[in-house]
Amino acid sequence: MQSKKEQKKVGKEKLQRIIEMCMAIENHTVDPFLLDIDDIIRVIKEYFPQWEQADELNLDAETIHHLASVIKLQSEWVKHRSTSLYTDPFLLEEKITQATKEEMISVFLKAWHPLVELEQLSLHSLAEAMRYWATLLPLKERWPELAVPEVAMGITSRDELIRQRILGDKVFSEELECYWRELKEKVAAKGREGKIFYWDFIGADSYEETVQRAFLTSFLITYGYATLEIYPLEEEVFIKPFEKPLAKVGTQQSISIPIAVTHENWQKWKRGELD
Amino acid sequence: MRKRKGVYASKMKRATHMLFYRKHQKPGVKGWELHRALGADYPKVLDILDDYLKSLDLQVKTVFEEEKTPSGKPSLEELDKARFYITLRGELTPKETKMIGWRIDDLAGLAVAIAYIISKKGQAQRKDVEELLNEKLPGWKVGFNIDRYIRYGYLQQDDNEQLYLDWRTRAEVDEKALIDLLLRSEAQTTLPSEVEEEETDDKDSE
Repeated sequence: MQSKKEQKKVGKEKLQRIIEMCMAIENHTVDPFLLDIDDIIRVIKEYFPQWEQADELNLDAETIHHLASVIKLQSEWVKHRSTSLYTDPFLLEEKITQATKEEMISVFLKAWHPLVELEQLSLHSLAEAMRYWATLLPLKERWPELAVPEVAMGITSRDELIRQRILGDKVFSEELECYWRELKEKVAAKGREGKIFYWDFIGADSYEETVQRAFLTSFLITYGYATLEIYPLEEEVFIKPFEKPLAKVGTQQSISIPIAVTHENWQKWKRGELD
Repeated sequence: MRKRKGVYASKMKRATHMLFYRKHQKPGVKGWELHRALGADYPKVLDILDDYLKSLDLQVKTVFEEEKTPSGKPSLEELDKARFYITLRGELTPKETKMIGWRIDDLAGLAVAIAYIISKKGQAQRKDVEELLNEKLPGWKVGFNIDRYIRYGYLQQDDNEQLYLDWRTRAEVDEKALIDLLLRSEAQTTLPSEVEEEETDDKDSE
């Protein structure tokens, strides 16, 4: 007798396989009629009572969605077969392969009615063009040059650039590593299950600093130092640091996740309304 | 009565200018453009023009949006969304195809590509079409020709290298007639005289 946990695991695997199969059909690599819809619905029904978590229900909904696409494809196939344009593709392919070049031409010319169109200047269009040209202002008048003040060249130092906030005071990679360590420390102190609420990590006393931390956080995720865990139903976003940076960053297709770091959200977080 | 005739004659001229001269990147005119320029009775103007063009072996061709050809008489709304072209009414002879810039090999390749895509329910892998054309055309020419068919608007290709029929095929090719004729055709052992002539011309010019 399988435990409930094992049954769930098997169910999830089955749904995943169904989704993969449906996607192959949607990409036209597999015949849509290879899928026994009744059988699939029976599997979905069988496991449905066991789903409790949002991600499990999500998987169930996704399976239904893909199954609906396959049924649509099957319906299109039936419709196509019932139209007068339908012919057995194998027979047609055979005909195409066996037809000579001349035969193909003689058949095609009976069904081909090429477009007729003219491209020609008329006196009217020339006159229009001349009128336009006569009223057209010279480029100098249309695009006046911007008056840029001349500035003498000078020398600046790295400290000066840091003071003007053109350069950071640390090399970016160092800054990122520091930031990663800070994330790990915060997770150890305040987090649970190895992750921390996104806003609790990026939130700072000033809005400017919060935006800067959100900016750096995006690099932590892009460069494989951490990952996001998103729970759309609860509208919760967590950040989870990795023990070691992922080596295979960039080998898989990445996705972008927009998170609004607005002033309003920052104020809500300050008031403790975002938890 | 005479005044009404004059109005239609003037509308027909306007329709001729719009349909024959290319205004947009693609030839042809949308129904709503004709509606705006000629008024709500533009389908009637097009009927008169079509009748007039018969003697010149030309026709006004209507291509409905997303290939949704109405089963009965199309509504004004459907016509507004359709695209109108002037096409040849009858058939070209093989010799004439050369006059309009098509070599027999290239045209045969186009015919095969279109027929094959139709047989595959409107989409086929580019490599499968290439394989089919490779049997009778030199390899270097196959890819080049498919790109040309795409450029002209006969075929379109998506990111997964799937080929579909494009707007020009829908405007110019009677797909049903092509398939019917192809299925009814018997293997031809002798060349049509004009094709023979053309091949002789080709040899002469080489």
